[in-house]
Amino acid sequence: MQPLTSVEGRAIPLGLKNVDTDIIIPAKWLKTISREGLGAGAFESLRAEPGNVFDDPAYKGAPILIAGDNYGCGSSREHAAWAMLDLGIRVVIAPSFSDIHSGNAVKNGILPVVLPQDAVDRLLEVAREGQPITVDLESQTVTTPYQDRFTFDIDPFRKHCLLNGLDEVGLTMARGEAIGGFEAQRAAAQPWLMRGTSI
Amino acid sequence: MASRPRTLYEKIWDAHVVETREDGTALVYIDRHLVHEVTSPQAFEALRLAGRPVRRPELTLAVPDHNLPTTPRLDAGGRPVPIADPESAAQLAALEANAPAFGIRYIPATAREQGIVHVVGPEQGFSLPGTTIVCGDSHTACHGGLGALAFGIGTSEVEHVLATQTLLLQQSKPMEVRVEGDLGPGVSAKDLILHIIGKIGAAGGSGYVIEYRGRVFEAMTVEERLTVCNMSIEAGARAGLIAPDDVTFAYLKGRPMAPQGAEWDAAVAYWRTLHSDEGAVFAKSVVIDAAQVEPSVTWGTSPEDVVPIGGRVPHPEDFADESKRVAARKSLDYMGLTPGTPMTEVPIENVFIGSCTNSRIEDLRAAAAVLKGRRKADNVRWAIVVPGSGLVKAMAEDEGLDKVFIEAGFEWREPGCSACLGMNPDKVPPGERCASTSNRNFVGRQGPGARTHLVSPAMAAAAAVAGRLADVRQLG
Ligand code: SF4
Repeated sequence: MQPLTSVEGRAIPLGLKNVDTDIIIPAKWLKTISREGLGAGAFESLRAEPGNVFDDPAYKGAPILIAGDNYGCGSSREHAAWAMLDLGIRVVIAPSFSDIHSGNAVKNGILPVVLPQDAVDRLLEVAREGQPITVDLESQTVTTPYQDRFTFDIDPFRKHCLLNGLDEVGLTMARGEAIGGFEAQRAAAQPWLMRGTSI
Repeated sequence: MASRPRTLYEKIWDAHVVETREDGTALVYIDRHLVHEVTSPQAFEALRLAGRPVRRPELTLAVPDHNLPTTPRLDAGGRPVPIADPESAAQLAALEANAPAFGIRYIPATAREQGIVHVVGPEQGFSLPGTTIVCGDSHTACHGGLGALAFGIGTSEVEHVLATQTLLLQQSKPMEVRVEGDLGPGVSAKDLILHIIGKIGAAGGSGYVIEYRGRVFEAMTVEERLTVCNMSIEAGARAGLIAPDDVTFAYLKGRPMAPQGAEWDAAVAYWRTLHSDEGAVFAKSVVIDAAQVEPSVTWGTSPEDVVPIGGRVPHPEDFADESKRVAARKSLDYMGLTPGTPMTEVPIENVFIGSCTNSRIEDLRAAAAVLKGRRKADNVRWAIVVPGSGLVKAMAEDEGLDKVFIEAGFEWREPGCSACLGMNPDKVPPGERCASTSNRNFVGRQGPGARTHLVSPAMAAAAAVAGRLADVRQLG
């Protein structure tokens, strides 16, 4: 995963609430066995509308997306994060995110920034003017050329992984001994739990 | 030492924490992992590239469901029929190869036990009370109906579970949805959960794990509880839970992967401790009056867009907040509906009975009870019933339900996700409407341009007969 420290650039002013992962990437694009090339299907139904923000040349290649409440709700498909990454999106700003999608985003080096609705509204305005927005993960701030400055919260572990581009699987495998101890305890106390399909 | 009263969620959580990190993230043990063909190929690929084995292959069960066509899987000579779509075929082939390569039990597409992951898990007794269950699929919440902490994960997490049998998680907050009183006649578990989502909103459970409480749930069968918990994700919750009880134990006893003998007794004794303690504190509590719940139907493109069947298509201007007004206008435009239209005047061309929400035997019985001796209306072009598993299908056929459906003009299909999502050949054509027992009415969910109205199995059957959305209680 690519580390993420600071992102500066134009922001796509989507603003829509309840953007589900079927909107981000429709099911017919999920038939792939790879993570690449999903940008072609990203936001397909929205892009079918004339004058949509995604195909507006002003936002071509913009690394930031601004959305409404409950971004990424619905299906757990990580393809949504892969599709956004393929479009070049590294930061999404919204008043709230679905739990699953924000986890998927972070694991792919995309930063979900939660800000209150009024801050999001202000950033939408700035984005619509075509002005750049700066998101700095180290200081947990979002700033604009108009001196707007918003701070956001992020789970310290997620921040650490994003800043350093860390692979969670590798980190957890290093805890193999603790996991083994837990399993041994369970196997002794509640053996049925460890049988699974081998019963 | 007397411990603090805990919620059911907290009890299951506490029992699975391997260790807690300084920053509050917990390494949580995963007891059961379900895998299907769509969200797993990239996870297996990553393991292979890194040379990582699967830590506990016996705790994962793999079955294909999303991509499979629901037409017959064997030809006249008993040979498997290949999938025509090359990409779908490649995904299926990947799972068929990956599961044995990593030592994972695989249920093939042609097996009687094949079905939708969330139907198969409980049916096989693989999903058990008090366990943590994950799957690369958001409707994993379904298994909460057995009193399991079950939730959907992304593909990176699928890889994480395969390699480590754990996940790094932040604890959610416990939320209670308490339903008081009893449901009226003709009102089902699906109507109740749609009503609840309509009340709390598509993000109302965000950051929470919901426990459904009240005698309504105690009176429900396991199938009904699975339907309720299934749609917790549609309220934004990470998971949904109903405390296990004798109904749960009776359902699980004797299932192939459920504990046996002395282990069964020990398991039941443990499961009896799995309920929220008196005085346990919920971070959020919502009370629903069961008497207010009517057969429910969605009008828009978010599962929170719910009205009773006696209601009308809403006016966008009636919503308090601007973003909802914008969303409602967009939804109505997509759905081709005029504000103020009575829901019972909305004609439908397609009916889908199936999905992990409503494809179990009881769902099929409820729909068949309505259809018996009736036929679908002429304007209903396409009506299909897709059992949740081969075992459900066989049971329904033993009861003669297949004949009821076929005589009513429905097609009787092979198990799979089918028209729940536009991924396999079962799709609703653009601009057409579908009364669907599935769980998502998102834009394009049932196919590009498809218009979905979420309903219960009985209401889907009523819609088929009436040729429009209809109140099953008034069918006479
Ligand atoms: S039936 Fe629908 S919701 Fe359920 S697992 Fe399949 S695609 Fe997902």
